[in-house]
Order: sequence, then structure tokens, then C-alpha cells
Amino acid sequence: MSEKNTERLLRWGAFTALCLGAALFSIPFLWTVSTALKTNEQVFAVPPQWIPNPIQWGNFARAWTELPFPAFVINTVIITAISVVGQVLSASLVAYGFARFKFKGRNFFFYLMLSTMMLPAQVTMIPVFLLWRELRLIDTFAPLTIPAFFGGGAFSIFLLRQFFLTIPRELDEAAMLDGASPLTIYSKVLLPLARPALITVTLLSFLAHWDDFMGPLIYLNSMEKYTVSIGLRMFQDMFGTQLELLMAASLIHILPTIILFFIAQRHFIKGVALTGLKG
Amino acid sequence: MATTVPTTHKPLSQKQYNNLWGYLLIAPWLLGFLIFTAGPMLASLVLSFCKYDLHTLEWVGTKNYEILLTRDGGGLFWKSLTNTAIYVLFAVPLGLTGSLLLALLLNQKVKGIALFRTVFYLPSLVPAVASSLVWLWVFHPDAGLLNYGLSRIGIQGPAWLMDENTALASLILMSLWGIGGGRMIIFLAGLQGIPDDLYEAASLDGASVWSKFRHVTLPMLSPTLFFNLVLGVIGSFQVFTSAYIMTGGGPNNATLMYVLYLYNNAFRYFKLGKASAMAWILFLVLLVFTLIQFRQASKWVYYEGGEKE
Repeated sequence: MSEKNTERLLRWGAFTALCLGAALFSIPFLWTVSTALKTNEQVFAVPPQWIPNPIQWGNFARAWTELPFPAFVINTVIITAISVVGQVLSASLVAYGFARFKFKGRNFFFYLMLSTMMLPAQVTMIPVFLLWRELRLIDTFAPLTIPAFFGGGAFSIFLLRQFFLTIPRELDEAAMLDGASPLTIYSKVLLPLARPALITVTLLSFLAHWDDFMGPLIYLNSMEKYTVSIGLRMFQDMFGTQLELLMAASLIHILPTIILFFIAQRHFIKGVALTGLKG
Repeated sequence: MATTVPTTHKPLSQKQYNNLWGYLLIAPWLLGFLIFTAGPMLASLVLSFCKYDLHTLEWVGTKNYEILLTRDGGGLFWKSLTNTAIYVLFAVPLGLTGSLLLALLLNQKVKGIALFRTVFYLPSLVPAVASSLVWLWVFHPDAGLLNYGLSRIGIQGPAWLMDENTALASLILMSLWGIGGGRMIIFLAGLQGIPDDLYEAASLDGASVWSKFRHVTLPMLSPTLFFNLVLGVIGSFQVFTSAYIMTGGGPNNATLMYVLYLYNNAFRYFKLGKASAMAWILFLVLLVFTLIQFRQASKWVYYEGGEKE
């Protein structure tokens, strides 16, 4: 077989496989949306009816009001927003320190920081819980937000540091000759140039906090402080058999991440790719 | 570079200047490391030799470890460790192969590539609680999508999550919905970083598609593969949310995952000493695994320019 024919065959094979795979991967989504728009009798009908008739838009309104979902959303937005700000701000400052200043023990601290990426969170979970308990801050947002301001995690620091290293030092030095302080260089020179990496860290941080389940599960007790993920869990306990409502509520949890993806699609793919390049 | 930097106060040497600013800037991380990582690690090590239920603290030596390893709750510790090991053993290789295969397909010049990439990426964006609920419904024995699909091709599907023989396999199957996520994107970036001239040279030598994959793609991709493997093992060992939401560890502890059991010990039974011992055993197991992988790496991971890290 000639080179050209092999390539054409491969391309067609790839296309067919991708079509089949894409259908397989999107079916659970379509199934969820379909279920969310049915009546309870239709949900359990065999064979399943893919297009609900009549379409029950009211399921979303009911899912939204059966439990204080608006409050859950507001809580999650507050926690996520504070954490994202803390993470981006502190990770970029730390990354700037690692990227531009040759201080004593820099390599040691850098590798120490990287090694924490491999540390399972469970090793620190219990004493950290006891610490917050000692501070009487259980059932507040503090344990879920304050840690983000302390470096923002090894991965974000690593990512930003790698990006800062690609920015020519001459730019810093020129600003320094003009009398700029390190903090001015950070905010006026490096941050504007590091936008792609900052967007990536913002997106990853948003997802991590929007998605977080174990954190709120451990730290939040009263319902008015619940996040969407914990609220959804409670929903499952209370309305487990009303699958149309449960699926509608799940979609409320999913939707913001999907919307964000479509807004920032380009950055998402590029940014995640960036994270692996220097791995 | 100038040896002194203009400041309004007394002049600092370049060295002092670098030390001052370096430590000032990494201070947030350094403080966080001491407060939220190093301190708690030590504390949980000490706690693992104690009996603690939030009220009374008592030193018990190695008793927690002995109980866990020998006669804990009728072998629940070993059950959870075995379950998790099986999960890792299947979910990681299957997931890595799936992600790599998908990346290879998406690296072809076919029509609608952006749409495909989006469709495969989206499942990884679904929050864990929501995807657990969706899959709980897909796996429903009577009215679920999966068994309906199987019945259409004449197969009577099992009870999936409700049968102790298939429950763990169900969780593994579900984890594969996420193969189009970050891991795949990282593979894709790795593939796109392989220079074309390597393939051209192989073509000139008359290499087949397979031998190009075997002798060009795989070696060039091995650092990416290694990165995904190490983080994949660590991540999969900590599987929690899907088991918590979908099965609660059942039926008959068939999906009792290590971290779920650890969580139950800590925050349901308030056996904080025992849970700390479990955390340290997990840490040591992962450390050994990671070190083994790093040692093996020199045999199969290829770094361009011979640079080995």
C-alpha cells in the first residue's frame, strides 16, 4: 500500500472512531438533560423516551426551590471567588520570588514545594481540621478560603514560575534602571505579560473550588452555609427517587463550568497543555 | 548587572537584596507550608500513635498500626486497601491508554476537530458530585441507560452498583468517562511537540505506521507518559467522592475505598488516631510507589539531549 493510501485510510479510521466515541461520550449528557425534562412516570418508562413529551421545564424551577439552592449557589460563589483571588495573588507573588531572585536555599525550597504535589491531602487533613476547630472556625467559610492565600498550591506556583522564566529578564532590568521596585516590576511588567498563565490558574482554581466536595463536607454543618455540591448530596438523600429533580439540580451544578468553558475555551486548552509541557 | 541597587535607605549588596526580596516573596508559601503541611504532618504522625476522640488523648504506641494490619473490623482495612489497589490497577492503565489513544486520534487532520475535542473534554468538567449522580442513574439496574442499551443487543445486564461482584468495576468504568480531560490535553501537547522531521526521516527509512509509533512517538512521549502515570497513581489512590455518593462503600464493602474508610474513621466514628495511622500508611505506600516509578523511569523514559532529571 502506498504512503498516501495508508494516510487516507488512517484519517478515515480516525474520523469514524472519533464519531463513535463522541456519540458514546455525549449520551450520558443527553440522557441527563432528557431525564431532567420528564415527569416522574416518564422517567422510569421502559423503553425510555428520549424526547420528553410534554417537556417539564418546571422541574428546574422546582429543583431550584425545593431546597434553598439560591443560597447554596451564593455560598459557593463567595467561597470560590475569595479562593481564586487568594490563589492567583499569592501563587504569582511566590512564583515571582522563585523565578527572579537568587536567594539562599532557593533550589531546596523549590524542590520542597514541588514534592508537596505528591503528598496525599489525607496526611494533613485531620490536624488541619483540629486547628480550625481550636480557632472556633468550624462551620464558617474560613477553612475553605484562607489556605488559598498561603501560596495557592504547588501546581499554580510551578505553572506561573515556568511562565515567568520565559519572559526576558531585560524587561525587569530596564524597569529597575528607571527606579521601579520589585513590586512595581511584578505588577507592571510581569503580570500583564503572564496573562495566559494567570487565566489558566484562575480557571483551574475556579473548577477546583466549585467542584470541591470533601472540604465543605468536613467543615460546613448548617444548611444555610452549604455549597452546591453538599446541597446536591442532601438533595439526593431527600428526593432520591425523584430523578427528574435530581438531574435538574445536577445540571444547575454543571452549567456554570460548561458556560465558563465555552467563554474561555481557547485559554482552557492552551493553558492545560502548558501545564504538561515542562513536566 | 550592577552590583548595587539604588534604594532610599542604606544600600544593600546584591546578595542581601536577593535574599530579602526572595524570602519576602515566597513568605506566603513558606508560612503556608509550615502551618498547613509540615506542622500537620508531624501532628498526624504523633496522633497516629495516640487514641483521640476529640475529648481524651492517650498515647497507645504502635497499637493503631497493629490493629489496622491484623484484626481491624474483620479486615476492613485490608479490604479497603485491596479495593483501592484493584481500582488503581485498572483505572490508571485503562485511563492512560484511553487518553493516549484519544490524543492520537485528535492529532490527525480530520474534519471538525474542535468539536470533537470539546465533546471529549466536557465530561472532565462535570463536578464529581454531579457526575456521580448522573452515573448512578445510568447504572440503574431496571430503568438505567446502560442496561437498556445492553438489552437492545440481547444482553441481560447485571445490577452494576448494587451487586458486589460488579460494583467496583462500575466505578472503574465510570472513571473512563474522564479520559478526554487534562491528561489527554497534555498528551496532545506532547504529540504536537514532536518535530515533523523525525517522522519524515522514519518515512525515508520505509518505517511502517506502527514502527513510527513504536520508535518515534512513544519514546518522544515518554516524559509526558511518566508525568501522567505518577500523578495518575497518586490521584486514583485517593478516589473518594464517587464511592461516597454512589455506594457509600457498599454493597457488602465491595467499594469501600481507602480514603472513604479513612474519612469514616475520622469524621463519623471520630477515631482520629486510627485515621491518622491510616493516612500515614497511605503516604508511605504512595511514597514507595512513586520512588519505584522514578527508579524504573531511567529504563524507559527518554529525555531529549540525554538530560535525565
